[in-house]
Amino acid sequence: MALDKTGIAKRIAQELQDGWYVNLGIGIPTLVANYIPEGIEVEFQSENGILGMGPFPFEGEEDPDLINAGKKTITAREGASFFDSAMSFAMIRGQHVQLTVLGAMEVSQNGDIANWKIPGKMVKGMGGAMDLVASAENIIVAMMHSNKAGESKILKACTLPLTGVGCVRKVVTELAVLEIKEGKFHLLERAPGVSVEEIIAKTEGDLVVPEFVPEMQL
Amino acid sequence: MNKVVNDPAAALDGIQDGMTLMVGGFGLCGIPENSIAQLVKMGTKNLTCISNNAGVDDFGLGLLLQAKQVKKMISSYVGENDEFERQMLSGELEVDLIPQGSLAERCRAGGAGIPAFFTPAGFGTEVAEGKEVRIFNGKPHILESALTADYAIVKAWKGDTEGNLIYKATARNFNPMMAMAGKITIAEVEELVPAGSLDPNQIHTPGIFVQRIFQGEKFEKRIEQRTVRSKQ
Repeated sequence: MALDKTGIAKRIAQELQDGWYVNLGIGIPTLVANYIPEGIEVEFQSENGILGMGPFPFEGEEDPDLINAGKKTITAREGASFFDSAMSFAMIRGQHVQLTVLGAMEVSQNGDIANWKIPGKMVKGMGGAMDLVASAENIIVAMMHSNKAGESKILKACTLPLTGVGCVRKVVTELAVLEIKEGKFHLLERAPGVSVEEIIAKTEGDLVVPEFVPEMQL
Repeated sequence: MNKVVNDPAAALDGIQDGMTLMVGGFGLCGIPENSIAQLVKMGTKNLTCISNNAGVDDFGLGLLLQAKQVKKMISSYVGENDEFERQMLSGELEVDLIPQGSLAERCRAGGAGIPAFFTPAGFGTEVAEGKEVRIFNGKPHILESALTADYAIVKAWKGDTEGNLIYKATARNFNPMMAMAGKITIAEVEELVPAGSLDPNQIHTPGIFVQRIFQGEKFEKRIEQRTVRSKQ
């Protein structure tokens, strides 16, 4: 069975390591915060100006001055700090943040990512995504393997305007965990009950498939 | 030096058609809402607005868009505004989309006397078109130029009569850099106090960057995405 969004978030959460500062993008990436493995401590950075982002507030305790980059009301954990946008992106560009998780419309086999614009149809802007992908050492993309029309989003080359070039290391979809290296996708894990054949069929880019592909442990 | 003016009308005096304004805030968080209301009242046209976002249809900078007062927006993310999207796709509104970190740094640079800087953000994308590329430490970077404005309008939590400002939580965002980059900077605060009332150790924006300050009459502080968890 293909994973749902929660499943994708749970699998990505397994990548977290103790002591990391992590930036989570809007959508599925935000859910990763709910599944931090036991026994490790991570701090979440939100690029609008907080380190130490906590959970959503209880009803009635929302503070309009305290939001995340998705403009949702949040709380601050003990030990949190606030800062301005230039300082925030100094953390990001300066590679002080160890992991960035973000969504994508398309990813290519050389690690290009597109997620900010569909010409003539949708222009929302890149927000902080271009700064994040250009600077982060460790980028994981959370996305669905195919679009609503059933076309693969895991491509030889992106067709949409790029957000960044050669930057994505790992992709987690509802079907698989893929690593990008040497210009190809490498199949690391498959979702429980999903066949290698299905993943091959739904991947347009070059895919290296080892003899044994383990199931994700969620 | 006393920077206090009585009301938004006095604060925004001198803003004319065709000027470039920086407006602080991230989404609807930390926006100078009293000043925006005053701009709508003034009806100033053909404005270029530098602001991370464009508000929503009926609040924030969305109000200036509804009134067709904006000629050009310079922003990083404009996703929550239908009127904005309509004006942009129909060509009525010029839009310059900039990576958020580059936008923040361009404002900071403008205020800090740094005419341009290299950043990796946007290399290999549309953003890099026409910009100088140089390799540093084996990695390509693009040249981005500083931004300044005729007027910068910022929102702070507390301010004193000298123009010193303290922001609250994530309402700080772009306000400090924009305060630095305005030829004239107007600060709208929730609480205006006499000089000496604020701890100098806690000041975020020193008064040198602020020319006019006033206490907003009321703040709606609309929440764009109210998200809560239940008390179990």
